[in-house]
Amino acid sequence: MTDHILEVRNLRKSFGALLASNNLSFSVRRGDVHALIGPNGAGKTTLVNQISGFIRPDSGSILFEKTDIVAMPAHRRAAMGLGRSFQITSIFDHLTVAENLTLAILAHSGHTFRFWRHCLRIPLVQQTLPSTLERVDLDHRANLPARHLSHGEKKQLEVGMALAGNPKLLILDEPMAGMGPGGTVEMSKLIRKLKTTMTILLVEHDMAAVFALADRITVLVYGTAIANGTPDEIRTDPEVRSAYLGEEG
Amino acid sequence: MASIARKTAVLLPIFVFLAALPLLAAYLDNPYLLSLFSRILIFAIAAVSLDLLLGYGGLVSLGHAAFVGVGAYTVGILFHHTTIGEPLLGIFAGSENALITLPLAVLAAAGFALVIGAMCLRTSGMHFIMITLAFAQMLYYTAIGLEQYGGDDGLPLYARNTFPGLDTNNDLSFYYLCLVSLLLILFLAHRMVHSRFGLIIRGASHNPDRIQTLGVNPYTHRLVCFVIAGAGAGLAGALLANQSTYISPGLFHWTLSGELMVMVLLGGLGTLFGPVLGAAAFLLLEEVLAMYTEHWMFYLGPVLVVVVIFARKGLYGLLIGSGKNHD
Repeated sequence: MTDHILEVRNLRKSFGALLASNNLSFSVRRGDVHALIGPNGAGKTTLVNQISGFIRPDSGSILFEKTDIVAMPAHRRAAMGLGRSFQITSIFDHLTVAENLTLAILAHSGHTFRFWRHCLRIPLVQQTLPSTLERVDLDHRANLPARHLSHGEKKQLEVGMALAGNPKLLILDEPMAGMGPGGTVEMSKLIRKLKTTMTILLVEHDMAAVFALADRITVLVYGTAIANGTPDEIRTDPEVRSAYLGEEG
Repeated sequence: MASIARKTAVLLPIFVFLAALPLLAAYLDNPYLLSLFSRILIFAIAAVSLDLLLGYGGLVSLGHAAFVGVGAYTVGILFHHTTIGEPLLGIFAGSENALITLPLAVLAAAGFALVIGAMCLRTSGMHFIMITLAFAQMLYYTAIGLEQYGGDDGLPLYARNTFPGLDTNNDLSFYYLCLVSLLLILFLAHRMVHSRFGLIIRGASHNPDRIQTLGVNPYTHRLVCFVIAGAGAGLAGALLANQSTYISPGLFHWTLSGELMVMVLLGGLGTLFGPVLGAAAFLLLEEVLAMYTEHWMFYLGPVLVVVVIFARKGLYGLLIGSGKNHD
């Protein structure tokens, strides 16, 4: 039997008359880059929010590492190894790059109720901060308030923060949105690098990047998974072509 | 970033001035200065504690006076029971020893902050502002209802609490007690905001969702921050009761909460030392303007508007150089 790190079963979520998740099921295999695609309004972000714990589904279950996490608050899921980045960059604007990453490192180490020692002088931070900065290529920006970073750099920081906790499953919500071609290449390189150590659930609009990076793809339309498979299977699936790829051209 | 040299150049003279103020008061033969500046130091303690919530935690509490009041009433009630010779709740004889009353006042304020914070922090934004205000007002009316402790009129204390080795009824000694308390609070607060706990609090202030995805529950951290801020305000209340040898329900009133908030904004949000400047500026302006008109608030308003619009980090920003929030 295949080893699934994440299984979503019969998920249902409606906002009034709008069915954002409609009996939605799919699974992510350990070690894969699993892409989630679908037209605007297909319910991708709603799904990601349900997996990470910001929205409670009306019914259905979400199994992470074989544990049903549906009733678990977001911070407990994160502590279990479920990391995510946000579609709209969600860094701490008023903190420096180093502080942003420090916050992420410390948060994952537990022991956040320490009131005395300066946060940047903690041994764990001094050990791991340089390598974390390097991993996302921001070592030269460490002391800059995050609000002064370029868009691409903010995205890199965002990913860096999700990485600081060494998540088992990393959800990247449109990491390439709003990036120029150079940024997309950089981000693709970063994702390939990360793939060696963790499973990645990638929500992305950039089809070229998705088909180049993903091991498996799930296609979402109107809150339902209409297809699951390898990039080649998805490319040739007639239903997908009519529902989605055809429109994209 | 504001350089350390710049900070020292500005802050050191201020501390020297505060330390030497009694000399000035003696030279000018104006003992009132001592009592005025004692009040400034006490309000500064309350404002610094409020800055932990407003400036660092992003929690707009409009009920901070509640904890000042709890601190003051703890001192007042304990004192009252020693004078009437009737034990509190039939068991505790009360106390007039500051080494007992001050810690108890701080603990009582922290306890109230724990209960009130536990409920208020389930809300956010406008609701948080309103519910903190509501709790403070509930305590205000409760204090009015405490007939045995003076009710509406408040309760005069016949003397200040005693402090071993210190004559607290001497304004000079009491002034230094307040100054040392303020320095202690500033030091502790400074350590706290730069610690890992402080980093979480600062992060959660702008982005609580993100903190959650990092595996941290912002609620418990905020609650602890709320309790610490409440404890600081409790100390200020306990000192204030001693300074004026009087407690009254007005210490719980929302206007005091508002004044503390003005001090923080005027001095510089999220700067710790700014609120000290804010408290000084507020009380000195009140003192000077009140000599000319009883409508001194009318003139203070525009000053506040100008400072808030033109100096992002308040008076502190004007002195140190604005821009970056943290060193």
